[in-house]
Amino acid sequence: MTREMTGAEMVIQAMADQGVKHLFGYPGGAVLPIYDAIFAQKEVQHILVRHEQGAVHAAEGYARSTGKVGCVLVTSGPGATNAVTGLTDALCDSIPIVCITGQVPTHLIGNDAFQECDTVGITRPCTKHNYLVKRIEDLPRILHEAFHIASTGRPGPVVVDIPKDIQFAKGVYSKPKEFPHTGYKPRLKGDLEAIKAAIELMAHAKRPLFYTGGGVINSGKHASALLGELVKLTGFPITSTLMGLGAYPAADPQWMGMLGMHGTLEANMAMHDCDVMVCIGARFDDRITGRIDAFSPGSKKIHVDIDASSINKNVKVDIPIVGDCAHVLEDMVRLWRSTAKQPDKKALGDWWKQIGKWRDRKSLAYRASNEVIKPQYAIQRLYEMTKDKDVYITTEVGQHQMWAAQFFHFQEPNRWMTSGGLGTMGYGLPASVGVQLAHPKSLVIDIAGEASVQMTMQELSTAVQYRLPIKIFILNNGYMGMVRQWQELLHGSRYSESYSEALPDFVKLADAMHAVGIRCEKPGDLDHAIKEMINVDRPVLFDCIVDKTENCFPMIPSGKAHNEMILGDSGVSLDDAITEEGKMLV
Amino acid sequence: MNANVPSSTSHYPTAPTAQTDVTHTLSVLVDNEPGVLARVIGLFSGRGYNIESLTVSETEHAKHLSLITVVTTGTPMVIEQIKNQLDRLVPVHRVVDMTLSGRSIERELAMVKVRGKGDNRVEALRLADAFRARVIDATTESFVFEITGKSDKIEQFVALMLPLGLVEVSRTGIAAIARGPEGM
Repeated sequence: MTREMTGAEMVIQAMADQGVKHLFGYPGGAVLPIYDAIFAQKEVQHILVRHEQGAVHAAEGYARSTGKVGCVLVTSGPGATNAVTGLTDALCDSIPIVCITGQVPTHLIGNDAFQECDTVGITRPCTKHNYLVKRIEDLPRILHEAFHIASTGRPGPVVVDIPKDIQFAKGVYSKPKEFPHTGYKPRLKGDLEAIKAAIELMAHAKRPLFYTGGGVINSGKHASALLGELVKLTGFPITSTLMGLGAYPAADPQWMGMLGMHGTLEANMAMHDCDVMVCIGARFDDRITGRIDAFSPGSKKIHVDIDASSINKNVKVDIPIVGDCAHVLEDMVRLWRSTAKQPDKKALGDWWKQIGKWRDRKSLAYRASNEVIKPQYAIQRLYEMTKDKDVYITTEVGQHQMWAAQFFHFQEPNRWMTSGGLGTMGYGLPASVGVQLAHPKSLVIDIAGEASVQMTMQELSTAVQYRLPIKIFILNNGYMGMVRQWQELLHGSRYSESYSEALPDFVKLADAMHAVGIRCEKPGDLDHAIKEMINVDRPVLFDCIVDKTENCFPMIPSGKAHNEMILGDSGVSLDDAITEEGKMLV
Repeated sequence: MNANVPSSTSHYPTAPTAQTDVTHTLSVLVDNEPGVLARVIGLFSGRGYNIESLTVSETEHAKHLSLITVVTTGTPMVIEQIKNQLDRLVPVHRVVDMTLSGRSIERELAMVKVRGKGDNRVEALRLADAFRARVIDATTESFVFEITGKSDKIEQFVALMLPLGLVEVSRTGIAAIARGPEGM
């Protein structure tokens, strides 16, 4: 449709034309015309957050659980700078976000006006792309281009900075049919010759594995289905990064669990000892590789990624394939079916036997207790009591996040929302707000730590305002647990500033914020308390008091290789059990 | 299973052992829009890449295209990264590695101010002639020479001017173009 309207109306019209239902934002002087436009319509519902960082995280949760673009609206100056953490988080985890920022009127830009900041300058390194709109004529194109860039290729956040006079200005709005940025053409299909070479390599593998990541999830549900098909066809074992959990069902016997710093022994040992590694939509991040020069030394590596700059960045690979996971997986499945070659059954059988031996060491085992709630036990119970429900999990960052990744099992993509790349404490609560909004009937749980959750605690008010019955499941150990763990293992147990001093009474806090508070301190009471939490149709702050000094194992210590993991003290450790002294030193 | 003392107490892996650095000249065709240079330079500074030389100018006014020529150093893996990272920027149309193609011509222009009297002045003028540098400004006690060529030629000329009263040098940085009939 083409008609004359103000810039502010164009913003909302473009969102409506893009199918946006919810917009997370916070008003301020430089976006008031847009708030006027919001007031005048019903298509796009505005969700008022309590802090702009929360708006972006909520939009991220919304985007990750639906596969759609998450939308944010914030004002100039502090509104924009508060959004920076969320934007960086979305960039690191490749989440499609369109963030509209207000700006001071064009004639005041550069004058240090009230609530002015160089938004495009500040957000340039933390967005996939950004715009400062200087002419009303450009606005319709830029708005739609922002959605296009955010959602295609490797997804990411896009900022559109709109000065207030442009919001008031009138212009002709129409939805453009094409994009003039000829430089931006994400490559979807992988090079067929490279894919053929990859299939050939896989067909001759003796100790192969799949190592997959968030790229599979970003590529859509179809990509996950194709991945499942390829894994079944080949009979290879599969592991995934933190970001990729859910792309392959955890209940399947070919699933080895998460890999990396706190991954399972079997996944990491298999990474180290494999002869063919098929990496799909993951990026050889330092949490995955450990010591680069000792990373999977004997393997040929295939790397499928839509972003050419992810290939050969950290690890040199043998067969790079630039393309969208779903497209490449489709070709792989087709070629695998059409080739008569089958992998060496005997070798694959021996490989699975070896993996079985690693599995038998039960690297996730922990010492159970009847006295205190072990955090791992809490996640296990939470999983058992919710696994048959329509459940979505978000997390904050730290030990609880790793335990959630280890003990909560996902059978489907888009069910797991966590801050992987940036590691943003305070991500989970606002993210769960976005998830719940997108899935009003589902059970949405933020697995949290008592330290992380305080970073964006105020968003509980948002949940209450919109009657979003999110469950905030706090593993409260009274410490910044991961910091404490590192201080114990690497800094001689000098717990400098990692104790959560002066904690609020979370039950009373919930009450004061018109939510429901539940506290649980004994393992015997846990099931009942979780049931109570699930059955409440209101936001819940669940204060689960857990063992204060539990560490997250297994763990690849600093500067070590995959085959040098340390295990928890109740696990059967490899070779020589680590000494108490060694544990202190590592 | 391992009780060794780690080499560092950081939770990041240690830096990989150094490969030798190589120098590459990259031609980057970009949309001539506000902020595009900031994106390119921000990429270099943000990711810790080196810029040895940088020239920017609009090349096709009608198409709003500019050409950035950047000379950078790094390991072969880093050079590949730089090209891929540049290519990822939305306003970047194309990145061509002029060094890799092996058929590029690189030129630089410098203006060199020399102050002196007597023999030094004569000698400066004589050397300028040998280097095919032109005099573009003169006073009774100074010259400004304009010299064009490869960077090492300019550096040699500047070095020779130093004892003869070199005042200052202004260089454009390197511009590059491929030999033969093909365009970018």
